[in-house]
Amino acid sequence: MRQIAIYGKGGIGKSTTTQNLTAALAEMGKEIMIVGCDPKADSTRLILNGLAQQTVLDTLREEGEDIELENILKPGYGGIRCVESGGPEPGVGCAGRGIITSINMLEQLGAYEDDLDYVFYDVLGDVVCGGFAMPIREGKAEEIYIVASGEMMAMYAANNIAKGILKFADSGGTRLGGIICNSRKVDNELEMLTAFAKELGTQLIHFVPRDNMVQHAEINKKTVIDHDPTHAQAEEYRVLARAIDENKMFVIPKPMSQERLEEILMEHGLLGV
Amino acid sequence: MSESKKLVDKVLDIYPAKVMKNRKSHMVIKDASVKQEIAANTRAIPGIITNRGCAYAGCKGVVIGPIVDMVHIVHGPVGCSYYAWGTRRNKGKAREGGQNFLEYAFTTDMQESDIVFGGEKKLRAAIDEAVELFHPKAISISATCPVGLIGDDIHAIARDKSKEHGLKILAFSCEGYKGVSQSAGHHIANNKLMTDVIGTIDTPAKEFSINLLGEYNIGGDEWEIARVLTKIGYNIISTMTGNGAIDEIANAHKADLNVIQCHRSINYVAEMVETKYGLPWIKVNFIGVEGFSKALRDMAKYFDDPALTARTEAVIAEETTSIEEEMAGYKALLDGKTAVLFVGGSRAHHYQGLLREIGIETIVAGYEFGHRDDYEGRDVIPYIKVDADSRNIEEIHVEKDEKKYSLRIPASRAEQLKKEIPWASYDGLLSEMKDGTLVIDDLNHIETEQIIKILKPEFFGSGIKDKYMVQKMGVYAKQMHSYDYSGPYAGYQGAVNFSRDVAAGILTPAWKYITAPWYKEPLLSGKVEGVEQVC
Repeated sequence: MRQIAIYGKGGIGKSTTTQNLTAALAEMGKEIMIVGCDPKADSTRLILNGLAQQTVLDTLREEGEDIELENILKPGYGGIRCVESGGPEPGVGCAGRGIITSINMLEQLGAYEDDLDYVFYDVLGDVVCGGFAMPIREGKAEEIYIVASGEMMAMYAANNIAKGILKFADSGGTRLGGIICNSRKVDNELEMLTAFAKELGTQLIHFVPRDNMVQHAEINKKTVIDHDPTHAQAEEYRVLARAIDENKMFVIPKPMSQERLEEILMEHGLLGV
Repeated sequence: MSESKKLVDKVLDIYPAKVMKNRKSHMVIKDASVKQEIAANTRAIPGIITNRGCAYAGCKGVVIGPIVDMVHIVHGPVGCSYYAWGTRRNKGKAREGGQNFLEYAFTTDMQESDIVFGGEKKLRAAIDEAVELFHPKAISISATCPVGLIGDDIHAIARDKSKEHGLKILAFSCEGYKGVSQSAGHHIANNKLMTDVIGTIDTPAKEFSINLLGEYNIGGDEWEIARVLTKIGYNIISTMTGNGAIDEIANAHKADLNVIQCHRSINYVAEMVETKYGLPWIKVNFIGVEGFSKALRDMAKYFDDPALTARTEAVIAEETTSIEEEMAGYKALLDGKTAVLFVGGSRAHHYQGLLREIGIETIVAGYEFGHRDDYEGRDVIPYIKVDADSRNIEEIHVEKDEKKYSLRIPASRAEQLKKEIPWASYDGLLSEMKDGTLVIDDLNHIETEQIIKILKPEFFGSGIKDKYMVQKMGVYAKQMHSYDYSGPYAGYQGAVNFSRDVAAGILTPAWKYITAPWYKEPLLSGKVEGVEQVC
């Protein structure tokens, strides 16, 4: 079982990428579980075709400790098992603690079954506290992919996430598997992210081009693979899925200084045009 | 001097260099010929077994909890509430037609899902339930650590619910992690008493009216003090906060004098009340026969009324005569014994006089959470370095209330009085100690062990955390925070009670008669076989 955490700046397209990627892996016959670690609980919407998922924490709050796995784990497209951790509304309580509670609950309930090939954690934008680092703590996800684009803030966030990984790489076995570019059609984006990934000591595992089809599929509450399997964008996600499935490059990242990051932006972003 | 020096050297020798330097600054061998300085109110060192408590303990446990007619809700997991439930043995009685909630423990009993989703709903429900069931005059909300971490807005809830139910609700952000000890909690509690309680009721006071500040009615202390004060003719407007009532505290500013017992826990209120209402404070010590008599005489001097002074002397004579013989009996039993006191931010000072009256000399004394002024006297306050830990605790500033301010004593007489009585002044623990005795701040386990081994005191006055280790070393240990189910110890009758308990304890060294089984027989036994194979 490979456990993979997907991180990246808020709004970069982590959930969309994760769901399209897992749909492609499911197509390849893989057994997958997605654990949504965002209090908004919208990480599995496309796999479940919009079905509102009862979150682990809501169930815990309403039913007490006596929870059955089927209450919180729903199968979706291609048999992908979907779990939403859930959490408090904005501004109250502790979402980080919620993730810890919910992952512990999943373990207790035996959600991590042996037949699984992949467990994906779709994690909130920034690792703001210990709770959001839970998926990459010891014994959990050992592979991380960062979703980024050529926008400065996305790369800045990716570099910060790399710093977080570095901390856990020392104590556990967490490694960075690569950068996934979710293109924003920024000038010279491919070159810039290739250079950025190289500087981090990792690879640009796939460049997912921007296509309106993703938006169409989302409106229909589906992944592109599910909505229009013959579309070129579906093929892009299949390429990404294969690259991750065959990936052998797992590294401890070398996060860069703010100055170096700006240099790369200058070199490839502005001067490269 | 040599015994204290030997002890200090021995103790410091155990520590690594950095710790040694730190702990050394918390130890002073008294030498009256020089001005001495001690480090205090600084962080305990990780790895050292310290006896300190937390800000929540200081706020709810010490200052706010003893107010009898309030429902004290602890917002947090159940343990925080349980362990602050009457453990200090602060007693109280309902006023006529009033209520007493001291025997209850109210808590929101936060669970994991309250941490994740926020505990505000539960707190609101708890307040509604408390109002519905008990109809209290006022409610306090004390925040525990998780509340601060998840950011429940207890102050907004207090405001809303206070309006809704039409009663006073005081919210205290006294999360345990604030400050370096329980002392931070005292300050937080003092601030709220000042901003939300004192001065909110204006019932005219009778003559000779006073407030007892920093008196917590442990084991009934306040009742014994009040018995004598009332006999002399004083009117006690309020006690902060032992056996205190919220409306009485609200009216405290109408009194003519504040007398302070525990300087550490309440001096903030005393200072602010003087600034705002012109009501002065004097430092007293109600512990010990001489201490109490001196307090009574200082108070009489302040009021300067011939009849009051005459009654004071008559009562002192009557009370001291009645206990003279008994006290002499205890002195005969205990003369020449030695004591170590490690307690509070005041008690390690207060009890030295009483111990001396029964022949016991205090050879080591220290505070758990005192500040430098509690050791060196208030003169040192302007020179205390404000560090990051103290800066985290809000310091509030009050101004003269033009309508309610009045000078009790004309300025000309006040100047003279300040020379005669401890008006707004406190000399601190060091002033009481004899040359060559040792003062240690924030005493810890290993230092306690060395003290017992090297100095061999007969009496150790401290708290629950170190009581049994000392007792098991064969030395009588008494909890000076809670009096071990006894009391009162303050005032004249209290002095007799204390002496009786100390005599009984010292002269019945039960632990000395017991030898632990592992000193007498082996815990494991077996045969040695195949010795040549053992490597």
